[in-house]
Parts: sequence; C-alpha cells; structure tokens
Amino acid sequence: MQALDELVQRAKGEIDSAATLTALDAVRVAWLGKKGTLTLGLKQLSSLPAEQRPAAGEEINRAKNAIQTGLDERRQRLEQAALTQKLSQDRIDVTLPGRGMSLGGRHPVAHTMARIEKIFRDAGFGVRTGPEIEDDHHNFTALNIPENHPARALHDTFYFPGGTLLRTHTSPVQIRSMVEEGAPIRIIAPGRVYRCDSDQTHTPMFHQVEGLVVDRGISFANLKAVLHQFVASFFERDATLRFRASYFPFTEPSAEVDVLWGEGRWLEILGCGMVHPDVLRSAGVDPEEFTGYAFGMGVERLAMLRYDVHDLRTFFENDLRFLRQFH
Amino acid sequence: MKFPESWLREWVDPSEGTDELAERLTMAGHEVDGIELHGGGLEGVVVAEVLEVAPHPGADRLSICRVADGSGNTHSIVCGAPNVSAGMKSALALPGLKLPGTGTLRRTKIRGVESAGMLCSAVELGIGDDSDGILMLPDDAPVGTQLDAYLNLPDRIYDLKLTPNRGDCFSILGMARDIAALTGARLKTADVGPVAASTDAEHPVVLEDSKACPRFAGRVVLDIDAAARTPIWLTERLRRSGIRSIHPVVDITNYVMLELGQPMHAYDLDRLSGAIRPRFANVGERVLLLDEREVELSPDTVVISDDSGVIGLAGIMGGRKTAVSDSTTNVFFEAAFWPQGVIAGRGRNYALHTDASLRFERGVDPAGQARAIERATALVQEIAGGAAGPVTDVHHADAMPERRAMTLRQSRLHSLLGMELDKGEVTGILQSLRLAVEETADGWIAQAPGFRFDLAIEDDLIEEVARVFGYDRIPEVTVTAALPLGPVTERQIDPVRVADTLVARGYQEVVSYSFIDVESDHRFTGNASELVLSNPISSEMSVMRGSLWPGMLKIAASNLARQQDRVRLFEFGTTFHGTLAKPAEVMRLAGLALGPVVPEQWGSRSREVDFFDIKADVEALLDLGAEEARTEFAETEHAALQPGQAAQIVRDGKVIGVLGKLHPTAGQSLDISRSVLLFELDAAAAFAARVPVATAISRFPSIRRDIALVVAEQVSAAQLIQVVLSAAPDIIRRAVVFDVYRGPGIEAGLKSIALGLILQETSRTLTDEDADSAMAAAVQKLQQTFAAVLRE
Repeated sequence: MQALDELVQRAKGEIDSAATLTALDAVRVAWLGKKGTLTLGLKQLSSLPAEQRPAAGEEINRAKNAIQTGLDERRQRLEQAALTQKLSQDRIDVTLPGRGMSLGGRHPVAHTMARIEKIFRDAGFGVRTGPEIEDDHHNFTALNIPENHPARALHDTFYFPGGTLLRTHTSPVQIRSMVEEGAPIRIIAPGRVYRCDSDQTHTPMFHQVEGLVVDRGISFANLKAVLHQFVASFFERDATLRFRASYFPFTEPSAEVDVLWGEGRWLEILGCGMVHPDVLRSAGVDPEEFTGYAFGMGVERLAMLRYDVHDLRTFFENDLRFLRQFH
Repeated sequence: MKFPESWLREWVDPSEGTDELAERLTMAGHEVDGIELHGGGLEGVVVAEVLEVAPHPGADRLSICRVADGSGNTHSIVCGAPNVSAGMKSALALPGLKLPGTGTLRRTKIRGVESAGMLCSAVELGIGDDSDGILMLPDDAPVGTQLDAYLNLPDRIYDLKLTPNRGDCFSILGMARDIAALTGARLKTADVGPVAASTDAEHPVVLEDSKACPRFAGRVVLDIDAAARTPIWLTERLRRSGIRSIHPVVDITNYVMLELGQPMHAYDLDRLSGAIRPRFANVGERVLLLDEREVELSPDTVVISDDSGVIGLAGIMGGRKTAVSDSTTNVFFEAAFWPQGVIAGRGRNYALHTDASLRFERGVDPAGQARAIERATALVQEIAGGAAGPVTDVHHADAMPERRAMTLRQSRLHSLLGMELDKGEVTGILQSLRLAVEETADGWIAQAPGFRFDLAIEDDLIEEVARVFGYDRIPEVTVTAALPLGPVTERQIDPVRVADTLVARGYQEVVSYSFIDVESDHRFTGNASELVLSNPISSEMSVMRGSLWPGMLKIAASNLARQQDRVRLFEFGTTFHGTLAKPAEVMRLAGLALGPVVPEQWGSRSREVDFFDIKADVEALLDLGAEEARTEFAETEHAALQPGQAAQIVRDGKVIGVLGKLHPTAGQSLDISRSVLLFELDAAAAFAARVPVATAISRFPSIRRDIALVVAEQVSAAQLIQVVLSAAPDIIRRAVVFDVYRGPGIEAGLKSIALGLILQETSRTLTDEDADSAMAAAVQKLQQTFAAVLRE
C-alpha cells in the first residue's frame, strides 16, 4: 500500500507541473487512461486471491479518486488562468467616449413654459389656448380697452388688412374661455404674442402665460398668495415680492409684481389684478356673484432670470452653441 | 414725465426724503423710472460780471475778459465764447475746481495770455446741453452769489411712468395732490388769485357745437413788452421738466400746463380775424401747423377756426398763421376743455404726439380753465407787463362731464381685497383723495372730484382705497377650492413626451418667428398667402408662415455658417392658413436633419443622413400613439422637396404630414449644398393616440422563412408586404425587409427585395407543410400581382 501512496504522490507531482491543458491531459492519460498506470493496477486485481481483492480494489479506487481530484483542480486552475489571459487581451481604454447618438435639447423658452405649465397644472389649473390671429373685440374691446384708449398705444399692434391683428397678449384667451366655460374657472393660457417693436430689449414675438381664476369669493389676498407660491416654486427658493399699484384696463385693482433680486434690486416679473367687472360682464359672468383674479407673465423674462441670460434676442437667434447649454 | 423735486416740494413737502418719496410713489402706482441728480458739484462756482472784453492778441476767436466775482477782486479770463460781452452776468469757476463737464481747472496760459479761471457753459456746468456759449444769467443776478444757490441747485428730477388712467397726475398740482393723499402732508394752495382787468378788451368766442367744445376760457393781454425775456427761474423749471424755452408767452403757457395740468395756447391777437369758433372740421379743410406741417383734416377732428378758416387743431397743436412771434405785443390766451372723446386717437391720426394731446386724451380738469388763465395772466404781467382784459369763460353746462355718486359697499370692499379695513380709515383715505364722502350703514357714498376721470364704479373706489392703504398691507390667503380630478388623456400624446423623444434622438428644439418673407413662404407652401401684415417690422417678417421649414432652414444655414457640422432641429409652432376673413391656425411639429448620421466619433464609419434616417425618427414619433398600423407613407410631390424623395404620411385617408429631402435648388438659395432632410407633422392628427386593446399572445412557436423577389423598380416595398400579408392572413403574421439589392445579377430596371416572413398559428404548432403551402400561396400571389420572380 505504501507503493500506492507513492504512486499517488508521483501522479500529483506530474499534475502540478503540467503547465497547459494539453500537458494535463497527457498526465491524465498516463495515469487514468485505458493503459494508464492505475487502470492497469486495477486490472491486476484479478490475479489476487479472492479474499484480498476487495481491500486492494478499495485502495486502488481511493488512489484513483485522489488523482482525479488533483486533475480536476489543476484543470480548473489552468482554465481560469487561460481565461484571465484571454480577457486581458480584450482590455480597452475605458476613457474613450461612447459611440452612437447624442442627446439634443429643449429650447429654454419652451422648457420654461413647460415648467410654468406644470406648476399650475399640479395646482389644479387647466391649460387653454387661443388663436394668435385675433379680432379687435377679443384683444381689446372685451378687455375694457375701447377704440382710442390710450392703453392701445402701448400695445404696438401688428395689423392685417381688414382689421384683424396678431394678439398682443394672451388675455383674449380669458375672454374666450369664460364665454365657453363660464364660471367658476381656473386656467392658464400659454402662448406666443406679438408687438411691433424690435430693439435690444424687445422682440416682435415673445411668449406669455396668462392665468385666470374666477369663483365665488376670490380676493386680492388669494392673488397675492398664488403668485408668491408660484415665484417660490419657479425659482426653487422663497422669494420676496412686492405688489405695486398699477393700471391695466382689464383688472381692478391692478398690480405689477417685482421680485427682490440680489442686492436690493427689484425686478418686474409680472402684471396682475382682480378681473374688472366689465370684463366679467363682457364674457357673460355676473360680477356680483363671481370675482376673480388674472395675471400675465413674460416667459422670456422668467427664463432670463432663471438661467442668467442677459440678451433677450439670443433666444430667437437659435445658435446651437447657445442652445446646447440647456437641457 | 419729469418732475423736478424742488418744484414739487414747493406744492407739497412731506417729511419723506427723496428716495423714500420715490418708493412711496412707485408703490402707489406712479412708478419712478429714475431719479436724476441735476446741477450737483457746482460748489465754488459764483455768479460773476464781465466788466470788459478785449480781443486776444494771438487769436481772433478768443477774448480777454476782466471779470468781477463780487468779492471786490477781478480776474483776467481768456474766453472763447461768441456770446461774451461786457456787462453780462455769467458763471465763473476759479482754478482748483472740478466741474461736472470738465477736468480740474488750472491757471493756464492760452496762446500766451494767462487765464485765471473759466467762464462756463451749461454743458461744462452739467445743467444743460447748450455748449455754444457761456451761461447767460439775468442782469439782476447778484454777483458773488454761489451759482447753485442762485439757481436753486442741486435738484433731483423724478422720472415717473404715469399710467394712462391718471390724466390728473400730469402736472405738479396733480402729483402734489396725490402725494398729499399718500403721505398726509398738506397741499399748499398755489397763489392763483384773480388778476383784475385793466382794459375792457375782449375777443369773442362762440361755442356753437357743445359736443366739440363744452368750455372755452380766454383772455386778451395788450401791449406786452416784445423785448421781454423769460426769467431764468422759469426757463430752469421748463428745462428740468424737459421743455425748451422758446418765447416768453409760449414759455408761460408751457409753464402753466406743467404746473396746473391745463394745456394752453397763445394767439397773436392782431392775427386773429373775427370770433373764435371751435367746431368739427369740414371735409377737405387744411391747416398749416406750428411745426410747419400742413395737414388735411378729417371731419372727426375738432378745430379752432376764425373768419379766416382753421387756425389750430383743438387740444393738439396751434396753427402757424396766428402764432405769437418776436414782434407780438397783443396776446389772446386760450384755455379750453376738450373732452377725451374728441381728442383721443386724433393726434395719432396726424402723427402728432404733443404735451397737450397727451393730457387731453387722458382727461383734463373741466374746472381748471379760468385758474390757468389767471395764472398765465399773472406771469405775463410779471415778465412782460401789459394790460389784461376780463376773462371770457364760455361753457355749456349740459355738455360738461357728469359727476356721479358711487356706492361702495363695505362687504364688497372686504371680499374683493380679502381683508377687513377700519371704516374710519377708509373714509379718511377717500377724503384725502378729495372725494365727497358720506358714510352709510353698509358702506359709503362718494363723489369724485371732476379731475378724476378714472373713478366711475365701485371697484374704482376699492382700487383707490387699496392703493393708498398699501398693497403690501394686504395679507396672503391661499384659496381652498374644490378640485375635482380631471381625466388624464391617453388619446392625445403629451407634447412634452414628443419633445423628449426627439431630444433623445439628438434633436435640438428651436423657436423661430411666426412671420417670414413672402417669397420663402410661397416657395414652401406653393401658394400666395393672404395673411400679410399691414405694418411688418421688415419685409423679412411680413407674412404669417404656412410652413415651419423656411424658418428652420434659415436657422440651419446660420448654424452651418458658424461651423456647426451636424444639425438636428425641431420646432413646435403654429402655421397659418386660410384667408384674411377666415384664417386657420394649425399646430405643427417640424424637424430638420443635416450632416453625419451620428455625431463625430471614433471607431465607426460616418455617412450623411438620408431619407430613411429621418423616416425612422418620424416613425418613432408616430409609434408613440400606437397608431403606426393605420399610418402609410406614400410617395408624393412637393414644391420644396426633391422628386422621388418625398413622402406624405397618410392616416385614415387624411394627410397628416410630409417628409423628404430638400430640393437642391431650394438648398442653394440658402447656401446649403448638403443633403437636408425635413419633416412636418400636423400635431393634433399625428399625435392622436389609441388606447391599446391587448390580445393574448400565441403560445405556439413561430417559423421564419426568407424569400428574395426580383421586381420592377416602381414596385414599392409597402405593396409587396401588403400582398404577402394578404396571401395567408391567418398564418403569415409579419414581414420584414432585410435586404434591397441592385447590381450584377439583376437586370437594369429591376431590383431584388429580400423579405423575412414570420409564420405562426394561434391555436396549434405550425407544421412544415402548413408553412410550405402558405409560402406557395404568397409567392403565387406575388407573381400574379407584380410579375415577381423568386430569386434563388
């Protein structure tokens, strides 16, 4: 039996020194193959006396198993090494940029408008739109701006032959929506508006979001609250606002809202007020039963403040190098 | 409008400082746009007298002046001003001073003659824009006095953005009234006592049409001194208010307008012929105006006429032929009340915006005419002497504005503002605004003063109370409203999701103007739009776009010019169609692709984007609505697209969009020589969506069979697929095109299309025999329909 142990030791020595899977296989054949040393040993069992055979067989099997285990372990180790070797050849430069499509981006004005919409939608406001080519009635008269009213001069209106015009504000949507839906109503109206004015701080087209809430018992205090919350929500920080008295023919009382920006600088961000009873009446709503507030904000103005853009005109130049800064 | 603080404070002097007062005004609706410091930095400059003027030996244009500074000393000053003369009073600055318009003054030699200081111009002093000569002070200016003290400097000038409803605030008096109400300071009454007549001279005024003119006050002043000059205190006030001095009489009318808000006009009495008659103009009448322009009048315009015809545009501008001049000695002053309704918009019709029309359009105190006449008379006598006749004050009581009593309910006041106000405080506010107020059981009855044209209804009073009370004192109260949940639709794709899809596919959103040039619009829509603006900013922005492409191509071209090699753009925007009488607006989504199919990168070959790349983008968008099965692409012709590479997108027989390759000729006109791919979708139709209805998927395996067919070029892939699917509709489920080949082995005019067919039964496993017979049916149908040949 000692001889058998020596054989196992020898076999293990050969296994450990097999450097490749091929060499290892040769070792396996040499020991366990059909003509392998141990296989032959097993065959010699038949020449042993019958009473010795079981014990000797067991011994030989043990030795065979020991060698097989050694072979398996060695094979695994060699395979692992081979894989590692192979994978190391697949090494890449992980700092190379990814291939394929890159992202585009949204326009900052459209994105700002979408954010404003979301803020108000989440608060239960509906979203309404209206035509950009408007008539005099909806853009002016129904909003308490009769012909020859001095406020018309401030609007720099684009006209078409025949008297239709490009809406100068999104306020006509107030009228259209109230006529269609009546009160109570709780909406915003985002969209493009037009003024015949083009210089460093004016573009002939820009975007507004109009808001309108008409219900029983709506007050100026409610207006102050909603706008304060809007500004805090839009800029993601609490904001100091001031409401100053102003004049719009379609609201009364009217106010302009400034936000405190930086070192004691007040920046005008929107106009608002309680809907004028004449406007409610012209939209078929009884001002004795209902009161309401309305507000209008310039989207470009808000986008400029939010993203620190200093020149309004860059929004409409659509230079990709400028637009790529947004997402 | 500009308000010198010194003038305002002469009328009302609240304890608030300059900035504090500005803040109060801004909060109360009179936005202070700026506060200009005027006439600062003049310490040390004195009123001086030029005693002698001698020519400079070395320069024709220079003089050597001996100047007295009032202390007994005289200085020798070299001066280049053409208006310097012996005996005149001017401003003297001595070496060491630094004036607003100069550096530090030094004792210097000018052309060899020493100058011991400087006689200063208005520009050098920073108090005007006259640099033609040195400041000319009145002969009675006290020599030796500090110039700033003499001119009441420094002053601060409020630049106020007055709102159009507050016509009553376009004067020192009006603003002082509001300041008094806002601050509680006392309004000092201006000393405008009546000036007694010293002659009987009158000029007749006939008011025939009370609608044209309800009230006209006038007065004759005879024998004024034609050589009189406007005193500096008056010209200074005019200048600080933004008005130039012209003529003493005209200066006085302007001064009264600025101070009391009543525009005035002065006629040369000797040039009037017959009675003054305000009336509506007759058709075809003309008048030569003060600004030398002749205008033809329309019959909605009120004019002032005499026997010679029209002599002025009421409330806007006087006429040339009866204007005062340097030789005028007899004057007739006019202070009329023109109702807003007869002035509003008229100035604009004649392209005239004057200080008078500005005020009349917004409303002038109907009770202020006689007061203005008295003020002007007092000033003209003070400045130029003369004998005044009695005041003529003609008016039609029934045509004067009505003063209505308004009811203010405490309950409405509280509910509209959202807070309760003390009744006494409200009464006090209304009284401070000069309303006649009476407290009632449930509120107030108030009557506005005649100058407040903006107060007509209850809510007007609420605004006034809130404004004076202070908006900042109104609390914030969040509405608690019933918020019923609305539907969240799946029948229309949210535009945000559409935009996000394009962004994910590399597209950058742009926003372009809705108006473009007529030629581009025509080229891209194929028709001439009626929707052309009457008053465009420029011809480049004159027609409402019928397509988003022209604007988008311009953006692409300008970005190419800025070395942007790869451009992907999209825009959501309105396009405009139809007629002027019945315009139609459609929300569209357009896209543009130009340049390499992928951004520049290592390790993959690049190629230019083509039709099928942009088609994939369009298909991805249409897939959002799960309606791709009902959507077809069909070859089409389009004015701006290359023939053979243009498709229209059709759903339910309706065209919902177009895509294709820009026609090279159209590209050339924009300096784009590369392939440009475009798409444009009707947003409402293209993003209508279907709520999915699920069907159970088959548990049985599918079989794929590939075939290649040789067909004529004009046979489309879509046609082949349609026929294949119809050949064995219960078995052939899907067909994919996996190769299209032209070249060796295929005859010219033909092409090979390879289709992979997916076969599957829903109720059992498909046998090879089933598949074979379905394939045979398909091939047979293809042969019949297209003469297709199976390619082995």
